[in-house]
Amino acid sequence: MMPRLKQTVEHIGVPRLIIAGFLAIIFVIAYLTDMSVPQLITDSLVRVGMNGILVLAMVPTISCGVGLNFGLPVGVLSGLVGALISMERGLAGFPGLLAAIVFAVPIAVVVGYLYALLLESVKGQEMMVGTYVGFSTVAVMCIFWLMAPFKNPELIWAIGGKGLRFTLTLGNHFGKVLNNFAVFQLFGVKISGGLLGFFLLFCLLIYLFYRTKLGIAMVAAGANPVFARSAGIDVRQMKAVGVVLSTVLAAVGIIIYAQSYGFLQLYMAPLMMAFPAVAAILIGGASLQKATISNVIIGTILFQTLLTTALPVTSRVIQGDISEVARLIISNGMILYALTRPTGGK
Amino acid sequence: MERAQQVLEMKGITKQYFGNTVLNDVSIDLYPGEIHALVGENGAGKSTLMNILFGMPVIHSTGGFSGEILIDGKKVELLSPAEAMQMGIGMVHQEFMLLPGFTITENIKLNRETTRKNALSRLFKSEFLDYLDTPAMRKDARHALDRLDMSIDEWLPVAGLPVGYMQFVEIAREIDKKEVKILVFDEPTAVLTETEADRLLGSLRRLAADGISILFITHRLDEVMAVADRITVLRDGEAVARLNKDEAVVERIAELMVGRRIEKVDLPPRDKEPGDEDLAFTIDNLMVDMPGEMVRGLSLSVRRGEILGIGGLAGHGKLGIANGIMGLYPASGRVSKNGDLIPLNSPEQVLLEGLAFVSEDRRGVGLLLDEPIERNIGVTAMQVQHKFLRPWPRFLSGLRLEDRKELRAYSEEMIRKLDIRCLGPTQPVRSLSGGNQQKVCVAKALALDPEILFVSEPTRGIDVGAKRLVLDLLVRLNREHNVTILMTSSELGELRKICDRVAIVYRGRLAGILPPDASDAEFGLMMAGRVRKEAI
Repeated sequence: MMPRLKQTVEHIGVPRLIIAGFLAIIFVIAYLTDMSVPQLITDSLVRVGMNGILVLAMVPTISCGVGLNFGLPVGVLSGLVGALISMERGLAGFPGLLAAIVFAVPIAVVVGYLYALLLESVKGQEMMVGTYVGFSTVAVMCIFWLMAPFKNPELIWAIGGKGLRFTLTLGNHFGKVLNNFAVFQLFGVKISGGLLGFFLLFCLLIYLFYRTKLGIAMVAAGANPVFARSAGIDVRQMKAVGVVLSTVLAAVGIIIYAQSYGFLQLYMAPLMMAFPAVAAILIGGASLQKATISNVIIGTILFQTLLTTALPVTSRVIQGDISEVARLIISNGMILYALTRPTGGK
Repeated sequence: MERAQQVLEMKGITKQYFGNTVLNDVSIDLYPGEIHALVGENGAGKSTLMNILFGMPVIHSTGGFSGEILIDGKKVELLSPAEAMQMGIGMVHQEFMLLPGFTITENIKLNRETTRKNALSRLFKSEFLDYLDTPAMRKDARHALDRLDMSIDEWLPVAGLPVGYMQFVEIAREIDKKEVKILVFDEPTAVLTETEADRLLGSLRRLAADGISILFITHRLDEVMAVADRITVLRDGEAVARLNKDEAVVERIAELMVGRRIEKVDLPPRDKEPGDEDLAFTIDNLMVDMPGEMVRGLSLSVRRGEILGIGGLAGHGKLGIANGIMGLYPASGRVSKNGDLIPLNSPEQVLLEGLAFVSEDRRGVGLLLDEPIERNIGVTAMQVQHKFLRPWPRFLSGLRLEDRKELRAYSEEMIRKLDIRCLGPTQPVRSLSGGNQQKVCVAKALALDPEILFVSEPTRGIDVGAKRLVLDLLVRLNREHNVTILMTSSELGELRKICDRVAIVYRGRLAGILPPDASDAEFGLMMAGRVRKEAI
């Protein structure tokens, strides 16, 4: 009996058990204190769909051997530029959302390739260098936001006529278009088919990518570069593919995030964007060498549900807000835990 | 010849790693001022024996060893390198353990500095706060260097010194330790040029004359002959011979190192025996820059349909041949198949030409350890030859996905044909035994349908039963599928067992080609570079 129990625990992983247990306690408390459990689940699902693609962006860099993509802001910034171009044109609704993605992807490809070239020259230090690449591009882009030639009065400061605002409302553009698409109710839980469907569609696309010749070559290059070379695979090129793909996913991810949030946040907002995504995939059981789509889905659900439910429930029980503190402890603690273990978050 | 008390005796040393016996009842002893050479091929157990002598943690964490070690006639327990050092055992490493930014003196004296007391260190009663006595340290370093006949200045930084000098600094550090009476040299000449090596041998003699006993590990037999007083030959974890200097000849040692009684098996005959009139593959003036296994201008012709063995002592370049041709290490020269030149330095091109390779480094190069068996088998063929792919969705012919059904069927066939013992095609290869991993490597190469198969050290690190299976498999491939095989191996016995001809490589060049039934002495002679004989 005991060895089997131990095996099961090992299979699921201690961090996931602790978090799932904690979540269960929160839901029980919510139920006992007459809070609306369906409402909590509804909110959680929205958060899952909102963040999912950003978490998915971690998968290509892990499997191509670069590790966690701490340079996620690079892709996020490309996405923001794409969204801004779409808004500048005055596009709204689904066309606006699609246009944002269409504008963002080529930018992300170019920027991602440059980022990959940089990472190539710092082999073995990718994660640390990536962190600082993210930080410094965010800073450089602050200047860009001020100087950029956008003219739409909705986007720029009312006084002076130059420079983008800190936070842009998406209500008149593509705000919530996916959230409000194909919504249905199930046991009192409101489910946004558009938002979750979009996330699952991307999961499917990435899953299919990993079954192509290119995807398999990339996994081989990440798992054992010497093996890959002996099989005629260009390892450098595969790493570039992984980084570009991750950057593109980050760009799409932030557009989905923004449409769900209803606001586009510029300047320093993208600075810490990588950390919740990193934490989520690690909680999902990914290691620094291996990540799967199921790690993404499980991790996003556990992490985002925890963040969404902890605030209202804890504030009901204890006076005061500990959810922000809890978020920092859990996300950074999880990153620390995973980075200090040879097997990663497992 | 009975002399004074031995400084070191290791008696009946037996060591097992995970049930695998790597040393079996090995005894070795050492007299004061003697140079005792320990020779053997890679994997013969030399390093394990030295790890035991040094009390390395790896020995004790894997269950210790049996047998006893006596120093000056007294039984000792060496549980850590620090204890070994206290007992007067010094070690000169293969890789230099020096701090490049420090001077020669500082490196020699590291952590054994001569110090002077000062007010603070007296106050805190701590030697960590002492001043360094640099003049005294330099004097000691100078003395150690002089004993080695090194005129180099002791205040130079180590960074930027020629490699050979670094080796001497390393030795100087060991002999500067006053208590040192036994010095172990682990292949000290591996990275040295010939003149440097000669100087090193000179210093060995001088040190021995000073009364230091030396254990000299190497596989360069000329050096052994030049300096050793006695020679112990290790093979497969057993001490197969102990020779005195006067009774040792190079050929005899080479023979002992690699020789093994061969059970002659009758290989299945072919319809037509391969001959020189039909060549599958020619190598002309091949140079390969593979560290430790350099190939320096090797020429060789391979007959269609034969199994050609490539043998030679370690370090002479036999492993470099396949690695160079397959594009894993920089190579130059002319290599042609059926008369057409094959582009070098591009693994993909070479694979497309119908060559395949089973690497000697199974876990490092040959496998994706955490991926399932089927992916390991299929990935190279998929990348190079677009096998195991199918269009998806059906109407979009440009897009192709992995064809899991086909790959699964092929893997299952391979598992059955090669008798790979596993739980199924989805088991990760890490959890397979060495022999079964090797079979996966062979299956991976077969998926490419190769015309010519390079196999390096196919039986290294796998147990005896599996060795036979792997060799039988190679014979079957050769006879049934008409694959021309170039098999590189350190085990002369297995080369002679299944090969049609055995090419011997010496110093990166072809020394000659022998029939498998040539005598041990002929092989020994050729491996020691004593004859140069063109094709039989």
